[in-house]
Amino acid sequence: MTSDHNAHHPKVGFWRQYVFNTDHKMIGLWYGITALFFLFFGFCLVMLMRWQLAYPGVALPVIGKWFGESRMPDGVMLPELYNQLGAMHGTIMVFMGIVPLAVGAYGNVLIPLMIGAPDMAFPKINLASYWAYFIGGVIMLASFFVPGGAAAAGWTSYAPLAVISTMGQTMWIIGMVFLITSSLLGAVNFLTTIIQMRAPGLTFMKLPFFVWAQFITAFLLLLAFPPLEAAAVMQLMDRVAHTSFFMPSGLMVSGQPLQISGGGSVLLWQHLFWFLAHPEVYVLILPAMGIVSEIIANNSRKPLWGYKAMVFSLIFLGFMSFIVWAHHMYITGMGTGISSFFQATTMIISIPSVIILTALFLSLWGGSIRFNTPMLFALAFLPMFGIGGLTGLPLGLSTPDIHLHDTYYVIGHFHYIVAPGTIFALFAGIYYWYPKLTGRKMNEFLGHLHFWPTLVCMNFLFMPMLIQGLAGVSRRLYDGGMEYSHAQGVMHLNGVMSYAAWIMALFQIPFIINILLSLKGGEKVNDNPWGSTTLEWATATPPPHGNFAFDPKVYRGPYEYSVPGASVDYTPQYQEKVI
Amino acid sequence: MDTLEKGWIQKLLGLPPVASAHGQQIDFMIFLLHMLVLVLFIGWGIYFIIVIWKFRARKNHRANYYGTSTHVSTYIETSVAIAEAVLLLVFSIPFWAKNVSALPTEKNPLKIRIVAEQFAWNIHYPGPDGIFGKTDMSHYDKASNPLGLDLTDPAAQDDVVTLNQLYLPVNRQVLIYLSSKDVIHSFSLNIMRVKQDAVPGMVIPLWFTPIKAGKSEIACAQLCGLGHYRMKGYLTVLPMEEFDKWLAEQSAAAKSSSEDSFWN
Repeated sequence: MTSDHNAHHPKVGFWRQYVFNTDHKMIGLWYGITALFFLFFGFCLVMLMRWQLAYPGVALPVIGKWFGESRMPDGVMLPELYNQLGAMHGTIMVFMGIVPLAVGAYGNVLIPLMIGAPDMAFPKINLASYWAYFIGGVIMLASFFVPGGAAAAGWTSYAPLAVISTMGQTMWIIGMVFLITSSLLGAVNFLTTIIQMRAPGLTFMKLPFFVWAQFITAFLLLLAFPPLEAAAVMQLMDRVAHTSFFMPSGLMVSGQPLQISGGGSVLLWQHLFWFLAHPEVYVLILPAMGIVSEIIANNSRKPLWGYKAMVFSLIFLGFMSFIVWAHHMYITGMGTGISSFFQATTMIISIPSVIILTALFLSLWGGSIRFNTPMLFALAFLPMFGIGGLTGLPLGLSTPDIHLHDTYYVIGHFHYIVAPGTIFALFAGIYYWYPKLTGRKMNEFLGHLHFWPTLVCMNFLFMPMLIQGLAGVSRRLYDGGMEYSHAQGVMHLNGVMSYAAWIMALFQIPFIINILLSLKGGEKVNDNPWGSTTLEWATATPPPHGNFAFDPKVYRGPYEYSVPGASVDYTPQYQEKVI
Repeated sequence: MDTLEKGWIQKLLGLPPVASAHGQQIDFMIFLLHMLVLVLFIGWGIYFIIVIWKFRARKNHRANYYGTSTHVSTYIETSVAIAEAVLLLVFSIPFWAKNVSALPTEKNPLKIRIVAEQFAWNIHYPGPDGIFGKTDMSHYDKASNPLGLDLTDPAAQDDVVTLNQLYLPVNRQVLIYLSSKDVIHSFSLNIMRVKQDAVPGMVIPLWFTPIKAGKSEIACAQLCGLGHYRMKGYLTVLPMEEFDKWLAEQSAAAKSSSEDSFWN
């Protein structure tokens, strides 16, 4: 993947080659490494929280003392720290882990390769996008060390709590502005690249589904993030310049009248936040669907079932995701008119999701299914994402939401979508495209050792949340609900979930070892080890600077597997004749 | 009340018992939705297991390019759409219109103001005269007057203000005006299937009818700061006569103490 593979590019210094390299693959790789670090870090935060939930008020052995008097005196976690961990776990996982991995890393590495382009349309903007992300990440991490610690008002940062909280919230806002800037630069780049730089013959309806998913995702990022960026700056003004965009008149905090002009609207923040954050949910899921589609088509050795229906569903999902946001706000005091509108759009948006999932299920019918590690993760994605999507139904209607809102049911629901859903897809993709970047396959045994325990632990971690939620246990409770009598019957599940999380952490070790050891010790493979049809497998491994040594042309759709009359079971897009 | 006998839906899904007139309708919807969820998941699950067994590469060496030509998926999607439309149009929207948006159906419901703050519930009864005394934060005192009740207002003389103690009569509609002093809280009575955000700058009405007497808790369901986890209140639902007696006693006590403070 280094630039010196290509004779036209003279050898450059370390900094130009690795740090300020504008090659999309290097930028994508940096995105990937950074995002995997943040995913691991975000997981560590939640493992600490799970100690407090399993053993409320008990000192954390050994490492508890490292956190200092203001966070864990004598190893016992304070609510101050718990709330910081909660807010930062969400922020880090969503904005610094999954989106940069699913979009920044996967999109960057794969889009130009899959469409037969030499690089992204704007390589320098691409590099700027990574560094904006990096700076945003550093600011977020640094916020743990300012007085009062990191942001503690939830990843949603609802006003007025966020406006009156400690300095960490200011850091959160500034960090978010960098992260948003990064996403906007990336989105512009992705859109331009996909629209302008497709290889001859690669019409839109011949694009791999993964590229379509990234295309729609880029639109979502481009159109949904600016309102949040504006809102974040308004909240920053409320905090530092004492404006009152989100602050109503007459607030009394701890018995003292707040010295502000007032007249603002608390709910305005929620509207602006969710106007981004609902499309953001699809930013988290669409690239995952794209990855899973590629891997399922490849390993079932047949075309995707209903490719066109999937693409139209994807476009429809993209549009609809902009008009469902207020289903996060049913219990803020909604009338029938507005709640009916958002319930109706929410029910409507479930249909294209069901179509895509059904198409993936049906794609398996008639296949010749290979169960390698990427396929295991991709297959597990289907039922796990299914649980996540289905548990969204009771939350999407305002009446059952009265009971389920802000309970652990919500946490269980979206974690099923994002963890054994999206993160499984991301794992699948790493196992699947690793040979393209390194020329070696990852180890199958370690892959299985990663997959099976992780699948089991995920369910022991998130299924009890649905049970606690039905029992009415609220989320974001420092003691996990011990205070309340209605929660007593389900409190023992906190221990189950915590051990599931910790054991799951252990079984990420085979994955890390696998990534590192396979670099040198993995099975050496050719340029197209999975017998795949899409363009990224047409080039050398690792792909050189400029990607293709020839001008790729596209002759057919992306999933021409097992074509009748062909002698091999795959007919690549770039191959002129069926052999 | 948390030990009340549960109905079969509550037992099946592990929901808390129900003690309000509308609660069973919410639970019934939760039940219907979970039946839909289960049918879809089990259906997909069975199909999934069959397909990965039947079409494993070891047995099925060559994939079929055309795959399935079934129209079953269209029927499934149509049925899901119809089921969702029914849940929306027949259950959810009418429920919301009747129980959340609309005004109480009784002419004279019991009116209560609840003002949330970090990390407590201030509960304000208008007393026998049925009129809330004027409030203004200039009269605020953290210990003795958390709502800033204007004690010179005649309507305020018989008002009852409690901290974290919500007393309600059974079988009478109660209309709560919910607001917050500082940040967003969420007023949650699990057993009544009531949850409503308390939004600073807004006064939001909500109403329901307790149908069982007993004790339960008020929970805060929206992250409101460090003490969020212990922002607990207590709910006591009394038979009508006992409630009237309780309110009269509290009102008389409030009256005499306000007279005291007038002379002091």
